[in-house]
Amino acid sequence: MRQERVPIVIVVPAAIGAAFFIVPLVGLIVRSPWGDAVTALSAPETFEALKLSLIASLSATAVAVVLGVPLAWVYARVAFPGRDLLRALTTLPMVLPPVVGGIALLLAFGRSGLLGAWLENTFGITLPFTTVGVVMAETFVAMPFLILTVEAGLRSMDRRYEEAARALGASRWRVFIRVTLPLIGPSLFAGAVLCWARALGEFGATITFAGNFPGVTQTMPLAVYLLLPQEASFILSLVLLLVSLVVLVGLKDRWLGSA
Amino acid sequence: MRNRVILVVAAILLAACGSTSGNASTSPSIGGTVSVFAAASLTAAFNALGTSFQRANSGVTVRFNFAGTPTLVTQIEQGAGADVFASADTANMAKLKGDGFAAGTPQVFARNKLEIVVAPGNPKGITGLADLAKPGVIYITEAPTVPAGKYALQALKMAGVTVTPKSLESDVKSVVGKIELGEADAGIVYTTDVTAAGSKVTGVPIPDADNVIAIYPIVAVKATTNAAAANAFIAYVLSAAGQAKLQSFGFLTAS
Repeated sequence: MRQERVPIVIVVPAAIGAAFFIVPLVGLIVRSPWGDAVTALSAPETFEALKLSLIASLSATAVAVVLGVPLAWVYARVAFPGRDLLRALTTLPMVLPPVVGGIALLLAFGRSGLLGAWLENTFGITLPFTTVGVVMAETFVAMPFLILTVEAGLRSMDRRYEEAARALGASRWRVFIRVTLPLIGPSLFAGAVLCWARALGEFGATITFAGNFPGVTQTMPLAVYLLLPQEASFILSLVLLLVSLVVLVGLKDRWLGSA
Repeated sequence: MRNRVILVVAAILLAACGSTSGNASTSPSIGGTVSVFAAASLTAAFNALGTSFQRANSGVTVRFNFAGTPTLVTQIEQGAGADVFASADTANMAKLKGDGFAAGTPQVFARNKLEIVVAPGNPKGITGLADLAKPGVIYITEAPTVPAGKYALQALKMAGVTVTPKSLESDVKSVVGKIELGEADAGIVYTTDVTAAGSKVTGVPIPDADNVIAIYPIVAVKATTNAAAANAFIAYVLSAAGQAKLQSFGFLTAS
């Protein structure tokens, strides 16, 4: 098939759009002190931060799937008063400044927070300054991406397959597991990847709610920020960038086929 | 064309007004905006200083950017439009100067001491640095890359206290914030931060023998587009009026 010529009014803004993302990355690569790369990368804190980042972001994604898919299902399938308001509330963190999200989490789950005080007095559980706190902060900020993507998938899928399964006598749970989930697979996957990527880069809510301590709550974005103005922090950013790029590109080909 | 003439006339008139009402101690030709990049611990004091500086120099607008000192150095070195840099330590100032981003010699304009910050009324009964290591006390401090965090480590070392913080915060403001919210029991910040937080926290003094005196240098940034106003602001900070203002916020004088 002959490729049609792309109109110039599309090409120019598209090129500027692409350059807007690529130039800062090039800046990071060009200005990084590659001579110090080995020192920066072999520092035990770097490895600790990267490990913590991966563990926390994957845990946050798992929590988001377990809680977010049912929530998306409710939004897509159950009509109830206040649904739009509830959806808006649960996706608010997408626009809320993450630092404000962190403060809100402190006011709810902190030592003197609404639930936090009860958690501490009853069970002796404190969440700030713990890895669980990091996962909570990341889930808070990242889960909306999964909810919205999965809801869109549920709304656009062909519901006749579900109806057929029901007519043939399958239970609603069985239909959900065997019919609905496979059908929304691509949306669920895309939502999970978006959620994971957002969680991996999370900074504001994490440092506010969970604090910053190497090996416990210091994720890569926090390590990068606290290393500034040392240029070694550029190297760490690139490591984070590379890991995400490899995962995003690799997963896309494996799961969705190269489009 | 006519509008242009009117604008020019208006500008001349404004400039004339500015010079007649301007403070005699500063240059009459200063105007425009001066961007001051200042350490987070200077927030309250510099906001007040900025107001009185603008009152004395009606043509000038002061804009502040407060953050942890290392963040400010990065921003300036990456080309942020700063005219003045006020650092919370000499090391970060030396970096800026060494990298060629400072105009002239940095001048010390204030000093600060460390203090332990605890919840109002000191419910954990903390009396000194040694109590920070008591079991059940959640101690937080600033990251060692931030001046306050570095000083806190020095103070603990001099006092012979070993304590693992629960968190290394990005600046003094977030340490005070977490004490106010009740998330942590104690932190080490500057005396001025305790003063600024008022009744929301209580301060526990650190004896001089274990205390670290923070030195605050100020300099004009080489890339400034308004050197006259930048220098006027620095002069004002160093003047008797500026020093008195800083003292009212708990800072020690420059020398």
